[in-house]
Amino acid sequence: MTNAAMAMTEEGLAEPLLKVNDLRKLYAPGKGVDGVDFELWPGEVLGIVGESGSGKTTLLQCLSGMLTPDSGQIEYTGKQGDKLDIYKITESQRRLLLRTDWGIVHQHPRDGLRMGVSAGANIGERLMAIGERHYGTLRSTGEAWLREVEIDTARIDDLPRTFSGGMQQRLQIARNLVTQPRLVFMDEPTGGLDVSVQARLLDMLRNLVVDLGLSVVLVTHDLAVARLLSHQLMVMRGGKVVEQGLTDQILDDPQHPYSQLLVSSVLTP
Amino acid sequence: MTVMIQVTDLNKRFTLHNQGGVSYPVLTDVSFDVNAGECVVLDGRSGSGKSTLLRSLYANYKPQSGQLHVRHQGELTDLVTATPRQILNIRRQTLGYVSQFLRVIPRVSTLEVVMEPLRALGVDRETCRGKASGLLRQLNIPKTLWHLAPSTFSGGEQQRVNIARGFVVDYPILLLDEPTASLDADNCAVVVSLIQQARERGAAIVGIFHDAGLRDQLADRQIPLTSPAKEEAA
Repeated sequence: MTNAAMAMTEEGLAEPLLKVNDLRKLYAPGKGVDGVDFELWPGEVLGIVGESGSGKTTLLQCLSGMLTPDSGQIEYTGKQGDKLDIYKITESQRRLLLRTDWGIVHQHPRDGLRMGVSAGANIGERLMAIGERHYGTLRSTGEAWLREVEIDTARIDDLPRTFSGGMQQRLQIARNLVTQPRLVFMDEPTGGLDVSVQARLLDMLRNLVVDLGLSVVLVTHDLAVARLLSHQLMVMRGGKVVEQGLTDQILDDPQHPYSQLLVSSVLTP
Repeated sequence: MTVMIQVTDLNKRFTLHNQGGVSYPVLTDVSFDVNAGECVVLDGRSGSGKSTLLRSLYANYKPQSGQLHVRHQGELTDLVTATPRQILNIRRQTLGYVSQFLRVIPRVSTLEVVMEPLRALGVDRETCRGKASGLLRQLNIPKTLWHLAPSTFSGGEQQRVNIARGFVVDYPILLLDEPTASLDADNCAVVVSLIQQARERGAAIVGIFHDAGLRDQLADRQIPLTSPAKEEAA
């Protein structure tokens, strides 16, 4: 069976959601992103690992339309099967994508939440941005999403700054998923959370990815998180991809010296 | 007879770049076929590359050269050159892998752990639950444990949960890495009967069993493996 035929029977869509071709954004030699290629299919999670300064976050910013690359293409397949070259479409088209089809989960919830408005308003904002005005609907959707991310609905009118770090992170996820995005970018979503809170968040993310059929680009430095959530893995160093492929194959049989170093440096409790 | 697995001139070598670049071959020009309804046992002493071969057959290890064809939806596909996406699809539908170690995920109940591979095929929850419960019962996991996450279970219990998970889907190909190691006689007999049932429904099975009695009982054929590196050292 050909690739295309397999995709048809499997996901009902014969093409990748995101196609990245020779993407470059260099601040200095070895700093930034130096030639990245990949395809992300519907329902797939791509993990990006590598040391600090390897270009992971720059790559994520380029992919999510926040940082114009020096060269290369990012092609996104829209809901109607239309092909959008992310840096050739207009600024307003790009902003619409960011509000509807895409979600971005920042490492620090403060970067992704509006700290001055209530939890409910944080969830409702993206819905209002796409035209939902009915207060009752906004309120009930807000409550439903709080339940989904395991936050007590009695907290709906509280400000996010009265929430713990783990709750803020879950609120940020709810805020992103409320418009049912097809593609979510996550930058170290579990960084800075203690392990019990991490486990809960990971379990939640794993279920959401499966239930909603989300595609995710996940930047993490935690190999266990990468193994749990991602199908494909990309190992970056100095802006270049040193190894790319099936997650468990790279973690269990790394080929590149740097991937081997990364895998063998992890402490197992 | 349908060929389900076709291994041709397979070579696998490990190079440890951070340990002085030591490089040693584990599999050298390995070739064999396995047909549907056949149980083939890999034979060789510890370190001869049995698990390496089995992991390569699951695309968990990456061979340097050769071909590893498995029959997926009627056609032979080479795992050495397949894309990650193809491999995941082949694993979901065609390839089952059972070892003695369960990879525990925090907060996920035993029943969910066992149901998961079947759920991934889009089978409805009730059917999945029915099949998973049946296997857990057969493998003597007390019902009181089904709704707990297996992280606190004993080694033997985790192992049996993993076996239930491996047999919940009727995979056309089963790879078994010592599934019965350290199980008591009763549970071992249950696993043997699961393997025999799989063979009878036409699964191609490749296994590693250290117990000689079990090997004779299950093997239609044995494939001897000798690791060149270890031979040289000897």
